[in-house]
Amino acid sequence: MWTDLLEAGIIVSVLAAAIRIATPILFTALGELVAERAGIYNMGLEGMMLMGAFAGWLGTYHSGSALVGIGAAVLAGLVMSLLFAFMVITLQIEQIVTGLALNLLASGLSTFWLRSAFSDVNKVPGISILQNAPIPLLADIPYLGAVLFDQRVVTYAALLAVPAVWLFLYRSRLGLEIRCIGENPKALDIKGHSVALRQYAAVLFGGAMAGLGGACLTVAATAHFVPDMVNGRGWLALVIVIAGGWSPGRVLAAALIFSFLDALQLQIQGVGIQIPYQLLLAMPYVAAILALMLRRKAGRAPTMLGMSYRRE
Amino acid sequence: MTARLSISNLSKRFGPVIANDGVSLEIRPGELHCLLGENGAGKSTLSSCLYGLYQPDQGRIVIDGEERRFRSPADAIRASIGMVHQHFVLVPTFTVLENIVVGTGAGWRLDTRAARRRVSELCQRNGLQLNLDALVGDLSVGEQQWVEIVKALYLGARVLILDEPTAVLTPQESERLFTLLQQMTADGLSIILITHKMNEVMRSDRVTVLRRGRVVGTVETGSITREELTQMMIGRQLKQIEAEDRAGSGAPAVVTISAVSLRDARRVAVLDNLSLELRAGEVLGLAGVAGNGQRELFEAIAGVRRTERGEIRLDGKSVANLSAADIARRGVGYVPEDRFRDGLVPDLTIAENIVLGQQWQAPWRRGVLLDAARMREHAARSIADFSIATTGPGERIRRLSGGNAQKVILARELAKATRCLLCNQPTRGLDVGVIEYVHGQILRKRQDGVAILLASEELEDLMRLSDRIAVIFRGRIMGILPRHSASIALLGQMMAGTPLEQAA
Repeated sequence: MWTDLLEAGIIVSVLAAAIRIATPILFTALGELVAERAGIYNMGLEGMMLMGAFAGWLGTYHSGSALVGIGAAVLAGLVMSLLFAFMVITLQIEQIVTGLALNLLASGLSTFWLRSAFSDVNKVPGISILQNAPIPLLADIPYLGAVLFDQRVVTYAALLAVPAVWLFLYRSRLGLEIRCIGENPKALDIKGHSVALRQYAAVLFGGAMAGLGGACLTVAATAHFVPDMVNGRGWLALVIVIAGGWSPGRVLAAALIFSFLDALQLQIQGVGIQIPYQLLLAMPYVAAILALMLRRKAGRAPTMLGMSYRRE
Repeated sequence: MTARLSISNLSKRFGPVIANDGVSLEIRPGELHCLLGENGAGKSTLSSCLYGLYQPDQGRIVIDGEERRFRSPADAIRASIGMVHQHFVLVPTFTVLENIVVGTGAGWRLDTRAARRRVSELCQRNGLQLNLDALVGDLSVGEQQWVEIVKALYLGARVLILDEPTAVLTPQESERLFTLLQQMTADGLSIILITHKMNEVMRSDRVTVLRRGRVVGTVETGSITREELTQMMIGRQLKQIEAEDRAGSGAPAVVTISAVSLRDARRVAVLDNLSLELRAGEVLGLAGVAGNGQRELFEAIAGVRRTERGEIRLDGKSVANLSAADIARRGVGYVPEDRFRDGLVPDLTIAENIVLGQQWQAPWRRGVLLDAARMREHAARSIADFSIATTGPGERIRRLSGGNAQKVILARELAKATRCLLCNQPTRGLDVGVIEYVHGQILRKRQDGVAILLASEELEDLMRLSDRIAVIFRGRIMGILPRHSASIALLGQMMAGTPLEQAA
């Protein structure tokens, strides 16, 4: 049965699944990467993704358009992160505690809305989800085409976001300023620029991306909203930023490795190999813990990560 | 000549404290102007007002004949005022160019090409050799300061404020800095130099002395002596304390350090095969640029840090297996460099801080509890003995000034130091009057036969107080010399890494 896994068709489908599964985590991790480079630790990612998933589903359900759903998800992420930014940047409340509080808020809020909109939670309507959009010509390349170019639009967007975030951080003025804030905010402050304004921008971007990531879970995957359906992906995104050493390229690599393990365990379950499925499910998370342990030395977090800035 | 910058009747108060009280001052074009004053005299407040970090309560700032109001540093920069902070404000993981360029320019794109051209021009014009692509964290402190200066010039500064710029430099680096400053003033730049070092003041064109927030006077530097300036600054005459010579050096060693090595977290050697002897009744001065292993050496002797190789003996017994508490109990007092981080717990009271480290010992403990009454009594006595300005033993350390906090540490550590006293930068940032007092206390311990290790950035202090001076560079001792054969020039060379035998 193990040999089944080595067939070309299976390998292709595992790899294609890996890239699909990576999409929501990649969006969220890229957004968090920018926020963390500006020194802000957003522990509320799980909640922001959840709100994104909920808003994406609700928006699509009411409008019948996935685009409206995704727009609603981005908006939900922005609103959540605006609240978060106000608390940690303006009020300077501890970042970790604030993030945790937002997770609870999102969990409660989404369930409450779901219940008040649909009296029978077990009969929540489904939405029509995004279908694969194969890219002409490229999708016909043997193997590679099926892995890379026969995916959903959101997946292409997530992959394109990697070089976009890189260009932003390393080739734009604002990107340099944001990296500067994560290392030494005073250096920007004494040149007469607002540190808080840029941190707001970074956090809002992170929130929008988390909302987008959440939307992928409903609009592009399951058609239904289930309470607490994000199921740890927000936390995984946080780990991926660390494992990816705060750089867009390596964040992509880390996201792919985790989602590959996830896809692999699905496939192993699928071909019926006798391993308790709980062990398989745990695989990506075990890998996450290992990655954290290995990164202990090599990782270089932004110096001011998690600390609020106040001019003395 | 019209003034480039003139300040008239500027006042700034923080609650009941008046930091600047009707300060008036004129800076001419191309002038090197010193602001001289003790801590709390209002120098920093004044420069913060000039750079838009604080808004003055009243007063006018006029630049090139135009009145200006600074709400933020952005306004000050627009009025062509630049500032080099005492603690550099750089990003170590950025290149030199990125540090200079960040927060400047227009548009979305980061245009490093045009910036690189302008920065190279600025460097060339001032005779600075900077590798624009080097990481700032890899530069020497002197070079980092150049980056700070170029940063300000790049923003278009025509008045440059330098806050205690030589505190972190070797004498040679300071020399280079002054050459650079003179060149820049000849080029038309006005420089305001904040300092308390007399030899620097004497190189300026004019000096304004501040005391308790007020201007005592502005004088041409050529027309006044150091002694007169000191008197203007502290309002009285200063008697310099000096250790009297002592014949012979046959006193027994109290602490013997032999071939000690230690590496930091990045596996870089911070102490490298270092040997020293601290003898009874002798002050051993330790000179060196900050960050060359002084801190690690002190912590190794005090038992706060373990060495990797070599041995430290206290009264003939190895301290390898002793905890810091054991070592303190054997008569070692330690005054650490960072008084608020390593020396005190800012949120505890004076009484608590004074017994800290001995809380398990008689007479402070009563059963499992602390004897609060006895602690208070003891603290009150220390407050009187060391003339600590405070409301009483129950006051939190956080509310004390640096000088008074340092006196609390001294009260605790001097009492412990019956065999050996370790003082790392005991007078950094303190007022002249307090420095005098601390030095007196150290020499009293010397009189009592205690072995003393004293590190200081003020070479002149070391030369007055020490019997011998050792110079440390990258964790190695470059040489030990009796104080009478030491000179600033010689020590400076050794601090830059020349061993004593090769130093001229």
